[in-house]
Amino acid sequence: MNDSVTPASFVDRLVAAGVDFFTGVPCSLVGGVIAELERRRLYFGELREDAALGVAAGAYMAGKLPLVVMQNSGLGVSLNALGSLHLLYEMPALLLITWRGYEGKDAPEHLVMGAVLPRLLDLFEIPHRAPDPAAALADVDWAVGRMCETRKPVALLVRPGLFG
Amino acid sequence: MTVRDALAEITRHLGDEVCVASNGYMSRAAFGARDSEASFYMIGSMGLASSIGLGVALAKPTRRVVVFDGDGNVLMNPGALASIAAAAPANLLHVCLDNGAHASTGGQRTISDRVQLDALARAAGYRWVGRVETAAALAAEAPAFVEREGPAFLLVKVALGPDGPPGARIPFTPVEMTARMRRALGAR
Repeated sequence: MNDSVTPASFVDRLVAAGVDFFTGVPCSLVGGVIAELERRRLYFGELREDAALGVAAGAYMAGKLPLVVMQNSGLGVSLNALGSLHLLYEMPALLLITWRGYEGKDAPEHLVMGAVLPRLLDLFEIPHRAPDPAAALADVDWAVGRMCETRKPVALLVRPGLFG
Repeated sequence: MTVRDALAEITRHLGDEVCVASNGYMSRAAFGARDSEASFYMIGSMGLASSIGLGVALAKPTRRVVVFDGDGNVLMNPGALASIAAAAPANLLHVCLDNGAHASTGGQRTISDRVQLDALARAAGYRWVGRVETAAALAAEAPAFVEREGPAFLLVKVALGPDGPPGARIPFTPVEMTARMRRALGAR
């Protein structure tokens, strides 16, 4: 990708859309986004992705609209929380998932999850988009609108280069 | 002292606290002891009751939150002890009812007879950590505990059993539980 969206404009759009609780586990592909959230004192770093989903669930019940950052490796850790907490109890969360192993070009530990990521989300009936830079901000609005409407998680997949 | 006895003793000191109960046996026992609009019964996602309680505590600092956890749950997500201690929410109380077993799945032993979970919480850095092993000790501690500045961790050693279900099945659907907790917390 030649173009990119800045972390600041991405976070601005999330906040404008109503997202007001940010947690997760880092990935280098969203390092800039996490740094921007930390600069604004909006980010609560968690230790495991499923724990981050638990924190997000609690925050949602307390009136927040949460986002959970994770690498796609963390989606594997998260499947039971998604299945038996968020999807079951109808709790929205914007999953910002980095797509390591995209097109098979990455370190070996990312290749299996990288190959199945969209299909895994399809299996769990979690709507997802992997925006190009030009569509990223509009897709934030789509994701927030969809998760508020369905009260279930929605995923935005971050391919390498989205944030430069 | 059983889980039910311990929950009855603690919950009689509670008012409008948010309660989060871990899955299985614990949720049914907690529901049997005391229900309120601000009670959440986790039926799946084992290990995450403490994380859910942390999320409520962080997002709603004006409400006190009590997590009713079990030894199996704490051992499944011990990182939550570290996360809670580091975040240090003053409004979070964490109770671990330790029967040394996975009561919901037939009483298989956990390792809490060899790994002291109160010592883990203390090492993580909870503001206050206590351990009680008798009904008398719990009765003495409970009124003070519910007033403590968090994060506070109370390990209550309980006996396994009695046989049979610890309480009625939770009558609410999961979706109803989300909705009533949001109402109780004033979420729009």
